[in-house]
Amino acid sequence: MYKILKAELIADKIYLMDVEAPRIAKYCEPGQFIIAKIDEVGERIPLTICDFDREKGIVTIVFQTVGASTERMAELKEGDFFRDFTGPLGQASEFVKDDLEEVKKRKYLFVAGGVGTAPVYPQVKWMHEHGIDVDVIVGAKTKDLIILEKEMEAVAGNLYVTTDDGSYGRSGMVTAVIEDLVQNQSKKYDVCVAIGPVIMMKFVCLLTKKLELPTIVSMNPIMVDGTGMCGACRITVGDEVKFACVDGPEFDGHLVHFDEAMKRQQMYKTQEGQALLRLREGDTHKGNCK
Amino acid sequence: MNGMNRIPVREQDPKVRASNFEEVCLGYNAEEAMEEAARCLNCKNPRCVAGCPVSIDIPRFIQHVKAGEFKEAYDVITESSALPAVCGRVCPQESQCEGKCVRGIKGDPVAIGKLERFVADWAAENGVVPEVKNPKNGHKIAVVGSGPAGLTCAGDLAKLGYDVTIFEALHEPGGVLVYGIPEFRLPKQKVVAHEVENVKRLGVKIETNVVIGKGTTIDELLDEEGFEAAFIGSGAGLPRFMGIPGETANGVMSANEYLTRSNLMKAFRDDYDTPINPGKKVIVVGGGNVAMDAARTALRLGAEVHIVYRRSEEELPARAEEVHHAKEEGVIFDLLQNPTEILVDENGWTKGCKIIRMELGEPDESGRRRPQEIPGSEYVMEADTIIMSLGTSPNPLIASTTEGLETNKRGCIIAQEDNGKSTKDGVYAGGDAVTGAATVILAMQAGKAGARGIDEYIKSLEK
Ligand SMILES: Cc1cc2nc3c(=O)[nH]c(=O)nc-3n(C[C@H](O)[C@H](O)[C@H](O)COP(=O)(O)OP(=O)(O)OC[C@H]3O[C@@H](n4cnc5c(N)ncnc54)[C@H](O)[C@@H]3O)c2cc1C
Ligand code: FES
Repeated sequence: MYKILKAELIADKIYLMDVEAPRIAKYCEPGQFIIAKIDEVGERIPLTICDFDREKGIVTIVFQTVGASTERMAELKEGDFFRDFTGPLGQASEFVKDDLEEVKKRKYLFVAGGVGTAPVYPQVKWMHEHGIDVDVIVGAKTKDLIILEKEMEAVAGNLYVTTDDGSYGRSGMVTAVIEDLVQNQSKKYDVCVAIGPVIMMKFVCLLTKKLELPTIVSMNPIMVDGTGMCGACRITVGDEVKFACVDGPEFDGHLVHFDEAMKRQQMYKTQEGQALLRLREGDTHKGNCK
Repeated sequence: MNGMNRIPVREQDPKVRASNFEEVCLGYNAEEAMEEAARCLNCKNPRCVAGCPVSIDIPRFIQHVKAGEFKEAYDVITESSALPAVCGRVCPQESQCEGKCVRGIKGDPVAIGKLERFVADWAAENGVVPEVKNPKNGHKIAVVGSGPAGLTCAGDLAKLGYDVTIFEALHEPGGVLVYGIPEFRLPKQKVVAHEVENVKRLGVKIETNVVIGKGTTIDELLDEEGFEAAFIGSGAGLPRFMGIPGETANGVMSANEYLTRSNLMKAFRDDYDTPINPGKKVIVVGGGNVAMDAARTALRLGAEVHIVYRRSEEELPARAEEVHHAKEEGVIFDLLQNPTEILVDENGWTKGCKIIRMELGEPDESGRRRPQEIPGSEYVMEADTIIMSLGTSPNPLIASTTEGLETNKRGCIIAQEDNGKSTKDGVYAGGDAVTGAATVILAMQAGKAGARGIDEYIKSLEK
């Protein structure tokens, strides 16, 4: 059992939790994820790590309610427990493994969309702790959906916040900010790291391809075990099929087959919907409306 | 009774069971078991024992059953096996103990597997548990993986007095027994959980949710966490795909995914959150036990199911009993056929499969006749779900994160058969991680060998 030390609603439908998980906190690195299971009947839910405290043995996760399982997870409070909490899973971000001197020479641009701000945060924090200033773009649909702004501000070199509807910060999509920085402000980057909804990552990659800016994305496909056992998390990268849970979750964004990834994410949508209905209306909606 | 035929075992009617997840085989009751046990000739040189990978004293336990001494029978079995209720259900007895039975020359061999199952079930129902005798010796041993290899190794070591902790990546212990083999062949609560509980009763600790090699490594267990030796029983869980066009379409999945959703995550039950796409028309590609399990699961979830296999019935690697059960329940066998492409609709969903007919040519290295395509014989079969059951290989995670642990070119950990010794000092291995996908009982045999090897190793350190 893994105790929840803090549970907060940080934006509309977006929750932050601190979970006691010393084995994970001891080893996890930016880029990796965990799998949480609420109770006996819950699903295994993969979530990227937002922050960790090795000494206190705490891992921080952030999630948005998108289906029955995350909705149920949102009901957990401080002092409650997850039945299962496994990790760290997946590969750490490339820069963690690269030679630090090499990393220091590169100019990084981080692009975070919506709840994708959570997995970007530990990467920017890592950079900050290693004395590297990076530029960070955080985008969201609207003001109320901007998360972790203060935290990000504390570790980012330059922070650019934008909202699609212009209700806060700049107005427009993250791609408009990238264009502005590169084309109008003549900023030069060696690597872009973009994490957010698949559709956002797709459009960022279309743009950075044109700008010849190498881009890394973090994929969040459907997963079951998260250890390479099932292949549910298959993703086509270039002409290879990869298992995101063990080979990723971060991949070369210019090679990822985003359209396929989006279709695969939809796979259980109808069933998720049914499960959600069941949760809200009790037993009236069974499986395939048997 | 002339003793030629075995006492038939009761099974659920095929029509009824094809739509439920209750156990197919109902097992013997006490009278039936005693009657069947009476068929045993109690041979002086029992060939059955030689056929059992863990050398259960079969005639001795059967004589106890014959006399109605079920507790004594259980004690005999548990001297050699930690998982009798599992083995009685899933072992390929026809090619092991029963295959060697003298009775089998002129009639049916004694139903050793069904008797083993009866004894283990009787013990569970009557609260009889294995005895713990040895005092603790204070030596700490780590076991990675809680499948049959890991459980057996841990159990044997605990019986010798070792302080054993099993680290398991998933949230439930049992390995393939919980995530692969379906409920209708191996009930999870009644059988698997109960036998895992018996292993714990011997003093074995199980820490779930720890993926060794991600975070904690074998080296850290040995160097930092105070374990003196480790046994790796991490199985062969990595699924293979065909590499044909369309394989990443929605609705195409590995048998491991399909079975894990249904078994470990209990998608077949309404009270669990796990989604599963039951499929209306399902193609299962492959002919092994795993393919039969996936097919029979899909059937129970309400689909029309076709097994597509590239060789003929004779070469089906699945146990005869499984094939027989699958056919009885209504699985359709399309033999000598092989998929060449998966057809995908505009939303990314599987809508069918291009299949080519095959014929058998000359025998290959394995001695089986090599299937070859018949040119121009391609046709399309409609399907919304395609389950790939093409075998699995060991996960490279542990080998790639453990200094000095070598694997062969198939990715299997190199270990000696008689004691499980790997290429790294103090590290032992066995089961599917070493052999590639095999059987429960062979994994148990390897677990026993590993326990012996570790015991010798620790004793050699003390000298
Ligand atoms: C669907 C199916 C049906 C089968 N039917 C039969 C049958 O009828 N009869 C039969 O005899 N055999 C059958 N088999 C084969 C049999 O189940 C296996 O040969 C046997 O389970 C192998 O045992 P094992 O202990 O080596 O590995 P496994 O049972 O695979 O257990 C390995 C365990 O290690 C864990 N693990 C892996 N990596 C790590 C890590 N890094 N850290 C921590 N834990 C880890 C895994 O999660 C797993 O729980 C079947 C297999 C399948 C898939
Ligand atoms: S989630 Fe099962 S292999 Fe990646």
